[in-house]
Amino acid sequence: MGALGHYLEEEGIPTTQISLVREHTAALNPPRALWVPFVLGRPFGAPNDSAFQRKVLLAALRLLERDSGPVLEDFPEDAPYSDLGKAPEGLNCPVSFPRMKSKGTLAERLADEISQLRAWRDVAVKHRKRTTLGLTGLSPEEIGEFLSSWLTENPMPTFRPDIASAAALKLATDELKAFYYEAKAVQPGRHPVAEIQNWFWLETAAGKTFLELRNVAAKSPDPTMKGLATLSLVPRAVDAALKAASSV
Amino acid sequence: MVRLADLPDWDRENFLNRITALPKFPGRPWARGPALAHRRVAIVTTAGLHVRSDQPFGAGAAGMDYRVIPGDVAPADLVMSHLSVNFDRSGFQEDWNVVFPLDRLKELVRDKLVGAVAAFHYSFMGAVSPVTEYESKAREVASLLKKDNVNAVLLCPV
Repeated sequence: MGALGHYLEEEGIPTTQISLVREHTAALNPPRALWVPFVLGRPFGAPNDSAFQRKVLLAALRLLERDSGPVLEDFPEDAPYSDLGKAPEGLNCPVSFPRMKSKGTLAERLADEISQLRAWRDVAVKHRKRTTLGLTGLSPEEIGEFLSSWLTENPMPTFRPDIASAAALKLATDELKAFYYEAKAVQPGRHPVAEIQNWFWLETAAGKTFLELRNVAAKSPDPTMKGLATLSLVPRAVDAALKAASSV
Repeated sequence: MVRLADLPDWDRENFLNRITALPKFPGRPWARGPALAHRRVAIVTTAGLHVRSDQPFGAGAAGMDYRVIPGDVAPADLVMSHLSVNFDRSGFQEDWNVVFPLDRLKELVRDKLVGAVAAFHYSFMGAVSPVTEYESKAREVASLLKKDNVNAVLLCPV
């Protein structure tokens, strides 16, 4: 981010930026930056809190009126507590659900989970009037089948002719995870960031499938699979939690 | 993000180790402009955002490209295809403004605190290393911004 500030400013365009990692911004020393103590992924603090978002935005924009720089200023407030999962009035899920299956193959449990979560995800779309899915062109059920096939000896071919298998797996895993997150977010109860992440990775068949997929990618002779095996499938925090749990 | 001092050792070291790989920028560019109420502001994000019909971000050279986000983009059309899994996406799924504050920016224009919103915004995918790889595309975007009479850019990481 700081590099972009340098390049645009050299071209004559004034910039101001949000800084999420203060130490990195200090090292890059861009013209104007506002460091914020927020979770990675939420540079304006909290969803559905327009007053707080406006305060952060204005603080960043007002750095444009400074006479000289570089400026690296600290935003003085932490993000207000926010969680997801307040089911909107009148949009309660109309279907009751049995408990998730604990028996069957991983592929069967994944298919069952997706089926059970679909109604919640439909509630989320109705409530939010948007979804972040749709890049694969597949339904969640089809994504589940695609991913499960990669845990067998007969993986399905890529669903987009313009991208290779590793990129297809990346899109499919991101999209299925978004499906789970969108569904979970409107279920009754409070769902702060860490709670949703722990639920997905530690309690669902999808999380288990992703961990197995990483093993497949690690053993693959295809060099484009390396990213999935190392960085772009399992979050560092999840890896650390799993390692800590296994060492107990 | 949360203060590095508050992170567990393994995570703090990960962020600190990356500092040594960052390039030095000896220059101190400082472009000037009018008061905020007369600025035309564009958002440039590194959140890997794009309209759904656009090409997803990918590894390698494709990761350096930028995507154009029209100023009249609808929330339902904006998606994220960032390669990193190490940041929260639930906030963006709930409310795009927590990553891409276009509604807030339009409100500041309505309230006459900001002059105008640009016709186009731009998106890169962060996590590219070294960050100097962005240079040619960044200068290309600068050229487009100038043609849109933009005189302030809000840079938003994720």
